[in-house]
Amino acid sequence: MNLTLKIWRQAGPDAQGELATYPVTDITEDMSFLEMLDVLNEELIGKGEEPVAFDSDCREGICGMCSLMINGQAHGPEVTTTCQLHMRSFSDGDTITIEPWRAEAFPLVRDLIVDRSAFDRIIQAGGYISVNTGAAPEANNLQVQKHKADRAFDVATCIGCGACVAACPNASGMLFLGAKISHLGELPQGQAERDSRVVKMLNQHDAEDFGGCQNLGECSAACPKEIPLDVINQLNHDFLRAKR
Amino acid sequence: MPELIDNLYALGDQIEDTKAPKVPVAEMWTKAKFENKLVNPTNRRKLSIIIVGTGLAGGAAAATLGEAGYHVKSFCYQDSPRRAHSVAAQGGINAAKNYNDDGDSIYRLFYDTVKGGDYRSRESNSYRLAEVSANIIDQCVAQGVPFARDYGGLLDNRSFGGVQVARTFYARGQTGQQLLIGAYQAMERQVAAGTVEQFTRHEMLEVIIVDGKARGIIARDMVTGEIETHLADVVVLASGGYGNVFFLSTNAMGCNVTATWRAHRKGAYFANPCYTQIHPTCIPVAGDYQSKLTLMSESLRNDGRIWVPKRREDCEKDPRNIPEEDRDYYLERKYPSFGNLVPRDIGSRQAKVVCDEGRGVGPLVGDFRRGVYLDFADAIKRMGRDAVKTKYGNLFDMYQRITGENPYEVPMRIYPAVHYTMGGLWVDYGLETTIPGLFAAGEANFSDHGANRLGASSLMQCLSDGYFVLPNTIRDYLAQGPFEPVAEDAPEVLEARKSVEDRIDKLLSINGDRTVDSFHKELGHIVWEYCGMERNDAGLRKGIDLVRSLRQEFWRNVKVPGSADTLNQSLEKAGRVADFFELAELMFIDALHRSESCGCHFRSESQTEDGEALRDDEKFAYVAAWEFAGGSEGSYEPPVLHKEDLIFNFIQLKQRSYK
Ligand SMILES: Cc1cc2nc3c(=O)[nH]c(=O)nc-3n(C[C@H](O)[C@H](O)[C@H](O)COP(=O)(O)OP(=O)(O)OC[C@H]3O[C@@H](n4cnc5c(N)ncnc54)[C@H](O)[C@@H]3O)c2cc1C
Ligand code: SF4
Ligand code: FES
Repeated sequence: MNLTLKIWRQAGPDAQGELATYPVTDITEDMSFLEMLDVLNEELIGKGEEPVAFDSDCREGICGMCSLMINGQAHGPEVTTTCQLHMRSFSDGDTITIEPWRAEAFPLVRDLIVDRSAFDRIIQAGGYISVNTGAAPEANNLQVQKHKADRAFDVATCIGCGACVAACPNASGMLFLGAKISHLGELPQGQAERDSRVVKMLNQHDAEDFGGCQNLGECSAACPKEIPLDVINQLNHDFLRAKR
Repeated sequence: MPELIDNLYALGDQIEDTKAPKVPVAEMWTKAKFENKLVNPTNRRKLSIIIVGTGLAGGAAAATLGEAGYHVKSFCYQDSPRRAHSVAAQGGINAAKNYNDDGDSIYRLFYDTVKGGDYRSRESNSYRLAEVSANIIDQCVAQGVPFARDYGGLLDNRSFGGVQVARTFYARGQTGQQLLIGAYQAMERQVAAGTVEQFTRHEMLEVIIVDGKARGIIARDMVTGEIETHLADVVVLASGGYGNVFFLSTNAMGCNVTATWRAHRKGAYFANPCYTQIHPTCIPVAGDYQSKLTLMSESLRNDGRIWVPKRREDCEKDPRNIPEEDRDYYLERKYPSFGNLVPRDIGSRQAKVVCDEGRGVGPLVGDFRRGVYLDFADAIKRMGRDAVKTKYGNLFDMYQRITGENPYEVPMRIYPAVHYTMGGLWVDYGLETTIPGLFAAGEANFSDHGANRLGASSLMQCLSDGYFVLPNTIRDYLAQGPFEPVAEDAPEVLEARKSVEDRIDKLLSINGDRTVDSFHKELGHIVWEYCGMERNDAGLRKGIDLVRSLRQEFWRNVKVPGSADTLNQSLEKAGRVADFFELAELMFIDALHRSESCGCHFRSESQTEDGEALRDDEKFAYVAAWEFAGGSEGSYEPPVLHKEDLIFNFIQLKQRSYK
């Protein structure tokens, strides 16, 4: 395949950014999207230019490090992470626009890399169960109904990639937040801090400049882990419960 | 300098693990915990700890030591601690809970670990690992880790390669992620409490040693390029394994040896570098551009059947049209009692054997088809498609996404790939390296798995080190404090900073015409070809020459664009590959000197009549701990070998058999 890439280049947070155009040739269907960018970067370095900076690590869809808006869609046209998107989703001659996540809460670092540490601070605000190491009771003393365990697992699969935020017109982080609230709130272990957790995490979410949720559903549609939209209902429900 | 052997290395003094109490193995840890000195809670906040790495080992240690009240500084190169490579572990975590009453016990887990490691691990460490395993599960469940459960609400288990009991706890195919999120959340709780300071996108590039003790690190802020000095009373390296020396592996792209290698250069011994675990169930290589290999969880071997055609002529046929009698279920045939569940080294090697015979399947890579079938047709018949989907659905989806083939319809293709490194910094029973005050945990140390790691045992070791072992042993070290403060401009600090700066300047100034990746790929190819699944004397010697000349070219001809004072991914890679070059040489030397086969280290000169690994306990029942003997940029002087004899008081050394 031969493709035309339009890629956001920006040397630093305060530098002027622009879309630069790069043709790439001999791209095969089996390449992942990031391998295609590797090919481009090798070429750029060969020509003495600086390669395009982008984040990735595991390259198997689980670390949440990769990002990229591809043709205006978070992680591109398939419901998956960018590292697991393969070039067979594109056709010869396509022009592909590649941009970073855009959100107030995710300031740009360089080229396609943004700073997602706001997510860590939301977790710091209460996204845990307080248990000291070494003091845990025997695990099987606690039974968890299978449907609850399954639900907790389904929402615990969030990889913290931020696609939900990037996809949302308001740049809201509610899907990420709702996933954590639902994971911990579903389990018996998470009950003691359930009320305080939701209040603290939501306050932090707002303090980080994430937008509010208007139930548009773009977040869930873009989520590579298919976190369901109803975690936001759960979040709202828990918040009201906490305020009672 | 002692006499050189083969011009490659010298023999130094014997080394010993002096910290394991001299009592029966089952009492060691209890005794050590009691004898380790205590630190008064009010003194703890005056003591500081640097932890490099936020995977299961480093994350768990930061959380626990922070909670104990010490001042912890935690470092990782990713943008968030939650992305450490532990996140990728799919299969599960072992623990001797015996919930299934199938005959499991601490002793059996201990026994399986030592046997699985082909009798090249320490009894003391392996026993402790089995001993604390049950506490790990309790801890993680309390944190809210959503392990699989049965309909009664109790924890579910499965079995994993190399064992006959079901002792593996799992969270679908994402056990590593769920455990890491647990540790990460516990650590973030301490960040909020102010006991842990978190430095993300920071790469540790040097250890600071003052008066013979580790007292800090030099790190580069990967966003601004700033070189920073961080001082502390103790340093822990939990920086993961070095499998990426092979370029293609199942590890994350950023995994590297830099942290441990820099420590090695400052005096920490590096043990058993040649022990690389090759995982039998990975998606085969498809092309040259490929950046990494993807693992398919070993749990697939519980229900999938592995086979290749009996005849070469059939290798190109659609596998569904090859009748039963023309298939060779080679593992079931050769190892009837373990079948498809043989340990990883055996499963991997047998796949190589059949592919080398020309019976591999899938596309030609070079002259060979490098793939075997992992077939679920029988499982689908027996359990139904839905049940298979419930159990393995996400793995099947992943396979389809990567290969474009539907594994419910056509058998999967798998091939072995580099997965884990059993070698690492030498540590004693307290996980302390040969540099006082420098500890190593998780995959970064060498201690628990011998020459081969059983599936689901690394997660267990990382969490055991991080939650339970280090907090106890570091306490003993810190009790010697308070430590004399180190000045930011002490000569040792300035020297360490300068060496980092010089190295960066050098890499940026070469301005040759080959990219870092092209060197890394070529290096990886050499290490895989001559120090991979099977090694021999001639190949290893050849490999050393190839590594040396490629390294020279690297320092003459690498091209690193950009500058030092900004985010520069080429520069990051260049520093890592430079360290891989030196490590590769040590791996070759270690593999060459160990002329026996054991575990994942298969020397073709040393095999039994039916092609199994032939150990030589008379000559090689020791840990090989290598001391750095000097060398500047790009030259690695012949290292010094220190042997730690392995003494088996509780388990009898036996030829390992899975027949
Ligand atoms: C695909 C895959 C599947 C696996 N599945 C299983 C399984 O099912 N069961 C099992 O038991 N084991 C499994 N393993 C093995 C296991 O996951 C790893 O051995 C283990 O997670 C390693 O953990 P760690 O804490 O030692 O290091 P890691 O999790 O690798 O963490 C390393 C940390 O060090 C940091 N770091 C490294 N170098 C530097 C530096 N120079 N400066 C700053 N920070 C640095 C990184 O940022 C990271 O935070 C699997 C491994 C792979 C590759
Ligand atoms: S909710 Fe989905 S899109 Fe949002 S961070 Fe989690 S995995 Fe990514
Ligand atoms: S690189 Fe890890 S999820 Fe894409």
